[in-house]
Amino acid sequence: MERKKEEFFEPPDAGVRTQHHNVEVRLENLTKEFTDKTGKVTVAVNDFNVTIPSGKLIGLLGPSGCGKSTTLYLISGLLKPTAGRIYFGDEDVTNMPPEKRGIGLVFQNYALYPHMTVRQNILFPLVNMKVPKQEALALAQEMAELVHIGDLMERKPNQLSGGQQQRVAIARALVKRPRVLLLDEPLSNLDARLRLQTREEIRRIQRETGITTIFVTHDQEEAMSISDEIVVMNEGIKQQMDRPQAVYEEPVNMFVAKFLGNPPINIFEADLIGGRLVLKDGEVVADGFTEPDQEVFIGFRPEYLRVSKNGKITAKTDLIEHIGRDTMILCEIEGYDHLIRAIVPNDMELKVGQTIKLDCVKLFVFNAETGERYR
Amino acid sequence: MLEYKRDGWKAAICLAPSLLLMCIFTFWPIINSFIMAFLNNYYFALNRSDIYNSLMDVDKSFAYFMGGRFTGIGIQNFITLFRDKDFLIALKNTAFIVFVSVPVTVIIALLIAVALNSIKGLRGFFQTVFFLPYVTNTIALGLVFNSLFHVDYGLINKLFNMVGTSWINSGATWGRAMFVLFLYSVWDGLAFKIIVFLSGLQNIDKQYYQAAQIDATPRWRVFTRITVPLLSPMILYITITSFMGAFKVYSSVIGIFGTGRYGPVGNYKLLITIVGYVYDQFDVSGMPFGVGSAGSMVLFGIILLITLIQMQASKRWVHY
Ligand SMILES: Nc1ncnc2c1ncn2[C@@H]1O[C@H](COP(=O)(O)OP(=O)(O)O)[C@@H](O)[C@H]1O
Ligand SMILES: [Mg+2]
Repeated sequence: MERKKEEFFEPPDAGVRTQHHNVEVRLENLTKEFTDKTGKVTVAVNDFNVTIPSGKLIGLLGPSGCGKSTTLYLISGLLKPTAGRIYFGDEDVTNMPPEKRGIGLVFQNYALYPHMTVRQNILFPLVNMKVPKQEALALAQEMAELVHIGDLMERKPNQLSGGQQQRVAIARALVKRPRVLLLDEPLSNLDARLRLQTREEIRRIQRETGITTIFVTHDQEEAMSISDEIVVMNEGIKQQMDRPQAVYEEPVNMFVAKFLGNPPINIFEADLIGGRLVLKDGEVVADGFTEPDQEVFIGFRPEYLRVSKNGKITAKTDLIEHIGRDTMILCEIEGYDHLIRAIVPNDMELKVGQTIKLDCVKLFVFNAETGERYR
Repeated sequence: MLEYKRDGWKAAICLAPSLLLMCIFTFWPIINSFIMAFLNNYYFALNRSDIYNSLMDVDKSFAYFMGGRFTGIGIQNFITLFRDKDFLIALKNTAFIVFVSVPVTVIIALLIAVALNSIKGLRGFFQTVFFLPYVTNTIALGLVFNSLFHVDYGLINKLFNMVGTSWINSGATWGRAMFVLFLYSVWDGLAFKIIVFLSGLQNIDKQYYQAAQIDATPRWRVFTRITVPLLSPMILYITITSFMGAFKVYSSVIGIFGTGRYGPVGNYKLLITIVGYVYDQFDVSGMPFGVGSAGSMVLFGIILLITLIQMQASKRWVHY
């Protein structure tokens, strides 16, 4: 096995030499059903179609239980799909056993072998690949340096912090130069500060190695900050795949709109009457709709709201919170009994209980039943 | 901390009954036999007049202690013990059971447990099969082996066309008889070990195996580098307790050969064990209690030593 260590560390744009390491991953109609003892069928992954471009970091985002881990395990080969196919580049790997696929997998709780030192953990995949001892040692050391744990090689996993364990897990997954790197909620066991730091680290490592990476998370902020593109998933079904900002600004349905954003998007009912969007208090906030008359949901993000004298939405402030640069106001709007959030500049002179007018620079309109977006 | 201290007397009251029983049935006998082991020519008498009578015709300098008399304090009993050929044979037989059949049993149990853990169907069936010896009486099991290996009508001899070959009947060699005892010990010891290992295996996180699979780890390396280390606390526990148990091997020999015998007719001490030897010292006439006590002290010393060695070794090899 001819292995040149250096070629591993070159950035992805360095030329053809790195290109054969990372591949495009294509999931076609991928479906996974679990049948439990009583015969009840759970469709964990439902007709999933995604193409993950070579060398990119993709965030697989969705609420807990939506089938993210299952998707990852299907790609890894640890689970066999009920239907559909998986391609690595042009190669159909659907029926290929996991050990032949050349993937690196970082488990949610790392699954570091507790009885082995960091060095032995990182060496383990190489020993299986029969890499000569000296070369393996050098590779392990280099990989450890890459993830900044080069001085912890003789420690056991239980002598490491969560963040350090996580790096060991990444080093172990990367050391065999996988074609695809799969990370299953790798930051969920870390505290807030470490999570922030480590996700930047993962981003850096991914850039330096240029490996096609799929990063599973239920944390929208995490997915948005780290990914080249995100795939939003719900109940086993792909909702949307796009660049983080595009998904945030142009969600395809109400689920995606609600799932992304912190503080969350404001959603409430309104009516489409004769192509015009009418609030419950009778105000018309938009028009030009071609859909038939019906009740719809409208959604606008807190930062889309502006306080303005001739705004169409009448609101009474309920709570004013200064959050650093901005101010978040919670207010009641006329005709509704739930509160909405708005983020406004700090220099606004607002008092609790004051009646204000709000204007909306952008709003989404969703079908009330399907959640499909009209506008 | 303070609360614990204040509750100390409550704990003491709760523990008192069992402590009392332990004192009567464990601590006092241990102390007693320890003392007896170092009393030279100790003679136990059930009543005072016995002692008085014997005083008439034996050396007047005999001291009295614990309902018996003795000629001095020393290691006379140990010298007698190690000069006795039977005791040396007992040592050898016991050592064989401990150092051969226990490791073999542990290894077989481990392999069976791993195999059972990896199969899906029929698992309950096999589990039951392997657990049966555990709920079977040792003596009854011994009888089964006794008839299996009977010289004339034993199933084994019939099966392998060796009728006339004596395993445990008169004329049996040490090797043959020990082979039967070995098989018996393995079979008898498997069940409990398999159950313990199985529960241990089920506690190992499946993700270690998935991680190993993704890294293309061959089966045997998964076994030696992952399963065994992760199971090592249980392997240690099983090995230590089995060693202790095997040092006290006794009833299985009786089970195979019959009451009061440690070997076939004509050679009834062929497979005598340490416990068997000690037991034989305490016959009703009550004579050489001292030698018996010395024997049990030796056994105690050996078990202690082996256990200490194992604990020491475990520091290096066991991963908690
Ligand atoms: N081995 C399994 N057997 C049965 N159901 C499973 C199994 N693994 C996952 N599921 C079910 O599939 C769904 C998706 O699970 P999972 O992929 O773990 O979700 P996520 O990782 O997004 O939290 C859940 O409803 C879960 O209960
Ligand atoms: Mg999961």
